[in-house]
Amino acid sequence: MKTTRRKLLILLPAAAVAWKYVLAGTPEQAPNYTMTDHWWGMLIDISKCIGCGNCVRACQTENDVPDGYFRTWVELYHRSDWHLENPIVISPDGGKEGFPSMKPDPDGEYFFVPKLCNHCADSPCTQVCPVGATFITPDGVVLIDQTYCLGCAYCVQACPYGCRYIHPTKRVADKCTLCYHRITKGLTTACCENCPTGARQLADLKNPNDPIHKFLNTHKVQVLKPQMATGAKVFYNDLDGSVR
Amino acid sequence: MNGFKDIEHLFRFAGLFVIAILVFLVVRGFIVPKSFGEYGHYRAAAIPQIAALPLHYAGHQACISCHSDIQAVKSKGMHAGVNCEACHGALEKHVLDPINVVPVKLNTAVLCVRCHAASAAKPKSFPQVNAAEHANGIACETCHNPHSPAIDAGGTK
Repeated sequence: MKTTRRKLLILLPAAAVAWKYVLAGTPEQAPNYTMTDHWWGMLIDISKCIGCGNCVRACQTENDVPDGYFRTWVELYHRSDWHLENPIVISPDGGKEGFPSMKPDPDGEYFFVPKLCNHCADSPCTQVCPVGATFITPDGVVLIDQTYCLGCAYCVQACPYGCRYIHPTKRVADKCTLCYHRITKGLTTACCENCPTGARQLADLKNPNDPIHKFLNTHKVQVLKPQMATGAKVFYNDLDGSVR
Repeated sequence: MNGFKDIEHLFRFAGLFVIAILVFLVVRGFIVPKSFGEYGHYRAAAIPQIAALPLHYAGHQACISCHSDIQAVKSKGMHAGVNCEACHGALEKHVLDPINVVPVKLNTAVLCVRCHAASAAKPKSFPQVNAAEHANGIACETCHNPHSPAIDAGGTK
């Protein structure tokens, strides 16, 4: 068939309209979920973490995280009494297979620190994205629109907590979604679901009945790198000052 | 009027500019997704797309809605706070098709020490054992019921 100029001029707008619907995607709203009713965060109780790595494995299963990349990981800190500000930190394979047994150290302390995206209210990562591919939702979860992401990795550099990576096959930025596909259905995140000691708790700050409020009022709770003023929403109880 | 002499040749140029701007606006109208800017400088339709990702872990409520007998044992023991899938793994497929997708029997020799192997890094109050000294190769469930692990709560079942 010979393509005349007339046919081409008819075809081009039709293709443009079709492309518009490809880009718009197929929205599928979760029932009974109103974004403005929630403001999500997480509570991590260091004094309960046993470093089993269940959260890391659960996250990789739930979110198809490629091997060697982590949306959440666990660090083992060894803080010596002689070098308070220079702890020794290990995280073999993100703590996925647990940690080697440690012998008691009379001159120091061992503890586990699980880490994940802090879902910051004023996040540097969303501010630097040149195309609007990463953003904070009205319910306080920092997400990535992977159909829009260019893979420039500016956000990977901007995150002060090192929570982002470039997906090895998709070549776009990837990170914790706070299991957005679970929390919008009334479930908890995969890491919290699988934490055997309850060291990780999903928290909805807009829900007045959420136990987070009582916990925050009765415990000394910190966030990581408060000096960055990122508005981090992952709260750590019993956090040692040496944790970076 | 000398300054505006031969001004006509600029009209065609200005016309090209106007056309280029119009083309830009039309193209932009088509390629910028409809939901862009609904909540902020991003595509709002990405939110329900991410929310629609498939589940792998079914959640504790899904487990106990059928296995209420296990829950009755578990809720009285030390493992009351441990959700089923923390040991049994991701079982959304089993929830969707309980007859054909059956979870595998777990090996307690591997599973229990994941949490309970002794280490100075663990909280002091957490029950820890040196597996080699404690059991000497005997499977954990010989003495402990994994769903309610205190010895007086009974062994295998």
